[in-house]
Amino acid sequence: MSDNENDKTPAPEPAKGGAPVSRERARQGRRKVLRTILLTGGVLGAGLSGYLPLVYSRTHRLRPPGALDEKDFLSSCIKCGQCVQVCPVNAIKLADLTDGFGVGVPYIDAREQACDFSCDAVQCILACPTGSLTYEKPDFLPVREGAALAQKPTLIAKMNDPEPTLNMTERMGVARLTRPESCLAMKGEGFKGQARGPDFKGTMRYTKVDRWKPIPVADHPYDLELCDLCMRECPIAGAISLEKFTGPDGKTRARPIVHENCVGCGVCEMICPTEPASITIVAREVWKS
Amino acid sequence: MSKLLTRRYIDQIKVMFGKEPAKPAEISPAAQTIHFYKKNNRSEIERLKHIRAHETHKSHKWRNRRWATLIFANLLFVFSYWLDIQVLEGSLTASRFVGFHMADLNSALQVMLAHKHIITNLVIGTATVLLLWALLGGRTFCSWVCPYHLVAEWAEKIHLYLAKKKLVTDQPIDRRLRTVFWIVFALLAVITGYTVFEAISPTGILSRALIYGAGLSLLWVVALLFFEIFFSRRAWCRYACPIGLTYGVVGILSPVRIKYKLEGCFHEGDCRKVCLVPHVLDTVIKGRAVEPEVPLGPDCTRCGLCVDVCPTGSLSFEVKGLSKLL
Repeated sequence: MSDNENDKTPAPEPAKGGAPVSRERARQGRRKVLRTILLTGGVLGAGLSGYLPLVYSRTHRLRPPGALDEKDFLSSCIKCGQCVQVCPVNAIKLADLTDGFGVGVPYIDAREQACDFSCDAVQCILACPTGSLTYEKPDFLPVREGAALAQKPTLIAKMNDPEPTLNMTERMGVARLTRPESCLAMKGEGFKGQARGPDFKGTMRYTKVDRWKPIPVADHPYDLELCDLCMRECPIAGAISLEKFTGPDGKTRARPIVHENCVGCGVCEMICPTEPASITIVAREVWKS
Repeated sequence: MSKLLTRRYIDQIKVMFGKEPAKPAEISPAAQTIHFYKKNNRSEIERLKHIRAHETHKSHKWRNRRWATLIFANLLFVFSYWLDIQVLEGSLTASRFVGFHMADLNSALQVMLAHKHIITNLVIGTATVLLLWALLGGRTFCSWVCPYHLVAEWAEKIHLYLAKKKLVTDQPIDRRLRTVFWIVFALLAVITGYTVFEAISPTGILSRALIYGAGLSLLWVVALLFFEIFFSRRAWCRYACPIGLTYGVVGILSPVRIKYKLEGCFHEGDCRKVCLVPHVLDTVIKGRAVEPEVPLGPDCTRCGLCVDVCPTGSLSFEVKGLSKLL
């Protein structure tokens, strides 16, 4: 074939390959080309359609602790789910087709099941084979301003251990009182019963019940004069406090204040008894003083 | 390996990348002698032998072993998580076998190209798997481990049934497409920074669905199977899947392969009818074997269907070096 192209004298043969091609053969050949184009288009179309959810996504997923920034996270995750397997409270789930390129990539739905660091050691980071979840970012990846934690977070459950901190350098997000009007503390109300009702499947570690084993939140009812669940169950030392004030009706009320220690684990969002949660995690949010 | 065999094997590597198999230019004297005696020289005794071979030969030995292995490997993933026995944690894209890192070669490659940063654990996992499949035959991964291969095999049975009823016909597609896809997906990973292929890899999707539960992404797998049943037989594995090509390249130097013996072959082509990659069996066509014994090309998935179906035992598994050693 290459000989024909280089040949400057006009070729007398009509067919390029030399052998005469029957009409039927030629038709079959054309059909094969069409089918090949069809399969190419189908596969590439399906592959590239993964862009759409990324372009149109309005909400951001809360990623497991130690996750790289979103773009790097999606490019480095090998979608194996080893982080899912090591989590003692099953907080990590894998995203579905609707996440486009994020299919099979881990996320946390904090309202359903937050990361309460029951593992004591951020096991998911340890399990990650590609460094998508990492203790320390490689040098060429910059840390966003306000994403870095001022110091390693202290885990209240480990307070009496020789090493009470978690090996985390960046936050997952920041908790925010997104619905202050529905917050029980802000209204000066107490709370009695199961935080999320009897049917809630989520689990959490209550150090006073069992230092090692998480139990269902539904098995741990409360009786509080003034609701302070977000502060009470926050696993990180000094991340949430309640600021008491007196309302216009003379009732004692309290305002949850989120501090810089917050890592964005989502326990406050999970435990908040109002529906929808008054305090939520803004995923991948940085700390603004 | 003789010079002729080497030349033939290099040709088979080209065939893996999409070249159409062609008649060999030169055939060894030994093979020529056999080809000559086979021509118009079928005695009555031979004919009876032939009939008897077809009567007595009905075997699913290798298929059953393979299915058992494939199901066992995938269940090991499932139970490691469900029952917390922790033998094989993760999924087919990356895992830990009793603590040792393993990473699927194509997935690891996609991640490396997209992320452009490789950590030690990934290097260890990739090297382990590379060594493993280089020893075990490259595309052995496809037919002995990949869960999509199994469901596609079942879908193929439906396709063949419908084809027999003349309700569908197999529409072949240009095999060079797979090489094009391999390059395109590698480039897409580098350019977009996303592991584009991983989002549509039916191997990853099925493996995760088995371990972590079904999701909408199974729709893509269903679409592929639909295409294969009604349109083009085994289209994904034959014409599209870059994973297959990656492992095919790994298998080029592998000692595990199927060996063809010219002497007893009836040249009926039953093996080519059951084969996922019939172009590797080009050698069994009358007059094409360059030597009395020819190993099949690297695109062969070592599934053993041809070994099962061959009535004369002309195709068999071979471990290069091992047979010499014994």
